[in-house]
Amino acid sequence: MKILVCISKAPDTTTKVVFKDANTAFVEENVTWILNPYDEWYALVRALELKEAQGGNVTVLNVGAADNEAIIRKAFALGADDAVRIDAEPTDAFVTASNIASYAKDKNYDLILFGKETINYNGGEVGGMVAELLDLTYVSMASKLDIAGGVATMERDITNGVEIIEAKLPLVISAQKGMAEQRIPNMRGIMAARSKTIETVAANGASALSVTKQFELPAEKSGCKYYTADQMDELVQALHAEAKVI
Amino acid sequence: MAAKTDNFQHPDYYLMDDMLTDEHKLIRDTARAWVKKEVTPIIEQACQDAKFPKQWIKGLGEIGAFGPYIPTEYGGAGLDQISYGLLMQELERGDSGLRSTASVQSSLVMYPIYTYGSEEQRKKYLPKLATGEMMGCFGLTEPDHGSNPSGMLTNFKDMGDHYLLNGAKMWISNAPFADIAVVWAKDDAGDIRGIIVERGYAGFTTPETHGKWSLRASSTGELVFDNVKVPKENLLPNVKGLKGPLGCLNSARFGIAWGAIGAAMDCYDSALNYAKERIQFGKPIAGFQLTQKKLAEMITEITKAQLLCHRLGTLKNEHRATPAQISMAKRNSVNMALEVAREARQIHGGMGITGEYPIMRHMMNLESVVTYEGTHDIHLLITGMDITGLNAFN
Ligand SMILES: Cc1cc2nc3c(=O)[nH]c(=O)nc-3n(C[C@H](O)[C@H](O)[C@H](O)COP(=O)(O)OP(=O)(O)OC[C@H]3O[C@@H](n4cnc5c(N)ncnc54)[C@H](O)[C@@H]3O)c2cc1C
Repeated sequence: MKILVCISKAPDTTTKVVFKDANTAFVEENVTWILNPYDEWYALVRALELKEAQGGNVTVLNVGAADNEAIIRKAFALGADDAVRIDAEPTDAFVTASNIASYAKDKNYDLILFGKETINYNGGEVGGMVAELLDLTYVSMASKLDIAGGVATMERDITNGVEIIEAKLPLVISAQKGMAEQRIPNMRGIMAARSKTIETVAANGASALSVTKQFELPAEKSGCKYYTADQMDELVQALHAEAKVI
Repeated sequence: MAAKTDNFQHPDYYLMDDMLTDEHKLIRDTARAWVKKEVTPIIEQACQDAKFPKQWIKGLGEIGAFGPYIPTEYGGAGLDQISYGLLMQELERGDSGLRSTASVQSSLVMYPIYTYGSEEQRKKYLPKLATGEMMGCFGLTEPDHGSNPSGMLTNFKDMGDHYLLNGAKMWISNAPFADIAVVWAKDDAGDIRGIIVERGYAGFTTPETHGKWSLRASSTGELVFDNVKVPKENLLPNVKGLKGPLGCLNSARFGIAWGAIGAAMDCYDSALNYAKERIQFGKPIAGFQLTQKKLAEMITEITKAQLLCHRLGTLKNEHRATPAQISMAKRNSVNMALEVAREARQIHGGMGITGEYPIMRHMMNLESVVTYEGTHDIHLLITGMDITGLNAFN
């Protein structure tokens, strides 16, 4: 089985988010970048599990600048066989999807996996766009994935239940929590990552279809207030007048 | 005790991550992820129960914590010294006992077999030690000879086709479960030699030391040799005299110098978060000058120790680090970590003495770390002798 896993970088979850240029750009200085958790924990790990059980090859693909190679190395350390970096600035979901589709179109992947979204922009659009551009079936937010005889069986979480879907390969899927468990690289993987090379591919020249006009931070959270059991009246008053919830 | 989420983030006040390679960071982050997953959820209970969780051994082998700088042909990872330091930092961030287990295996068991051993010994032991399939311990300290190991009494006699080993070692980390012991003992000529003793040899026992208030998640014991027949091929052929064990200690002390910074970082991280959240007199205690003084001094000392260790790592990679330089870093880091732990404990108030926070555990652990591998005072004497040329030991 030939699997492509598209990976992106995301700021570490403890990053202090600050914007500049009149709130149009995210301040990237001193940000620690990690492999986007949905791409890593669910999509990549499940791809590796499928390869280990059924044979095949896992390629990871990133659209971005050369300094993204640290996250690609991590994917190698986890067990990816090959890696491609498309040297394009991923300015919007379309640019990213278009570049991925141009690369993947003649490669005959059985599966193209994405995380359901990146944890910084939460767009969740790229997987669907790639499926459309390649004219492939798309299943979004799968929380379980099994493959037998060229058919994928997936689960999706729906309100108060689970939906079970079957689809023939080739297929594009975005992965949701539950598809696999976090895997920690081992030293053998880290050492093997040293000798693997990252193929660099030129951008296809697609340009963005959308621009971000402005970012806004959520309102500052006020601190926790404590009330003792004999302050019931004060609590009710505060819920009514300050929190405005009753 | 409910499992806690471990949100530890290392402080990096001087942007020292810029001095690390991507591989260094990957190794460090891997060890940290492993500690968060396998250690944090059970460490408090392991310490309360005074039990070393044996399930850690396999994972330690997988993340490369056993012999990271041993060449790959012997099962090591062939990493540089900074990688070794970062691994120890992350393990000790979890618990000093955990780091001790890894230090002993790497620097006190694998290092002497690699450095002083024969090719047969290297091939026989190192690959299994690297995965944790085989565990080792290091016997130098004796009941009456701690800071002054050259006075040791443990000895072996040449019996023609084997050696006969007699004596006792105490305070030996990993002893109760180790499969092999690298033992330092005197030969017929009174020279200190290293010899590998395997579990199962008649007359060799390893009683556990109970009742520790420190390093409770690490297993400590004695090595007792009562007319133990040891095959001659178990003698480490390539070293004679105190420089054998001291060479091992150099490597282990280097790891401790980095490790103690991990414990200090954990205390600081916890204290900083607690101080920002704990409200007294109507504001977070982090807003009081006396608390800020504590926190400001902590981050300053951690940053200084980080820079010292990074420079030492570079020197060690270039084979230029002297034993006295390593000694200084060990003393500085451990003393710094102890002070950070004590101040952090105060910031946590009453909560600081409970297992809800890692502080008291780190603080008690560090009391062993400041004593083993050369006490704080012995390291002062090493620096003193190095700069004055005068021996103040005796
Ligand atoms: C938890 C734990 C694990 C250990 N693991 C190991 C192990 O795996 N293998 C091993 O071989 N050992 C191990 N040790 C032993 C450790 O290395 C010794 O405890 C240490 O070397 C100190 O020896 P001692 O306890 O006999 O103290 P002593 O040497 O008796 O020292 C007592 C005090 O006297 C001071 N002192 C001694 N000489 C002088 C001097 N000349 N001038 C000024 N002050 C002096 C010391 O600084 C100290 O404060 C371990 C110890 C502990 C606590």
